[in-house]
Amino acid sequence: MVPLSYYLVLSAILFACGVAGFLIKRNIITIFMSIELMLNGVNLSFVAFAVEWDKLSGQVFVFFVMVVAAAEAAVGLAIIIALFRTRETLNIDQVNLLKL
Amino acid sequence: MLHLILFSVFGLVCVAGAVNLVLQRHPINSALSLVVVMGSLAVEYLLLGAEFVAAVQVIVYAGAIMVLFVFVIMLLNAGEEEHSEGSRVAWLLGVPGLLAFLVMICWVLLIHANIREAPLGALPGHPSEIAQLLFHEFLLPFEVTSVLVLIAIMGAVVLAAKPESVQATKKES
Repeated sequence: MVPLSYYLVLSAILFACGVAGFLIKRNIITIFMSIELMLNGVNLSFVAFAVEWDKLSGQVFVFFVMVVAAAEAAVGLAIIIALFRTRETLNIDQVNLLKL
Repeated sequence: MLHLILFSVFGLVCVAGAVNLVLQRHPINSALSLVVVMGSLAVEYLLLGAEFVAAVQVIVYAGAIMVLFVFVIMLLNAGEEEHSEGSRVAWLLGVPGLLAFLVMICWVLLIHANIREAPLGALPGHPSEIAQLLFHEFLLPFEVTSVLVLIAIMGAVVLAAKPESVQATKKES
């Protein structure tokens, strides 16, 4: 038997690592990966609460979050490719104008 | 007991991967540690009894999305990142605030929340039951996500296409 709060703490740690990466990292691809890490932490808390309330809807929501994450990854990486093509850099400090 | 041991081992692997993701300088190392995080999270889902979510986690996240990431890293030939003024401000302000937030959440969850214990494989998450729920109660959101994915694919193609090829298709049509 493991208390469900341990799972929630694990998901909070993962989310905090994602936020830390989002703040600290300067590489746009790594920032994107930090967002995926945050989504993963939220997914874990969805499943933990599904157990807590004995409902399956939490798992369905995880499924939806994954679909949105996949769509986001596809569009975001395409934007990164377009960005790299015009600016030749991946450092977000040098990407501070909307128009080149 | 077995549950606790498995949870702690894979939880530690998970947290180590997440910390490693933040600390590594090269994006490809970060991507590989993200794969580790996702794999160990799949084991945590299995411990909670969510087999379907665990399988989808490995297939969609660790499989498809991470391949996309690694592919883009290789395509753009991303090198090590350099540190700058902005990251120092983030270190000074963001990290202490984040630690305070984390300590507060852990304090509430571990001491004050009245949350029950989970036996091994607690959730009756058979795929057929999830399908029942997904295709009856959540049918409209499911269809909306299919439209969302279609739009995302078209957007990705348009955004990643070379400007010359877009001009060429415009001229043809």
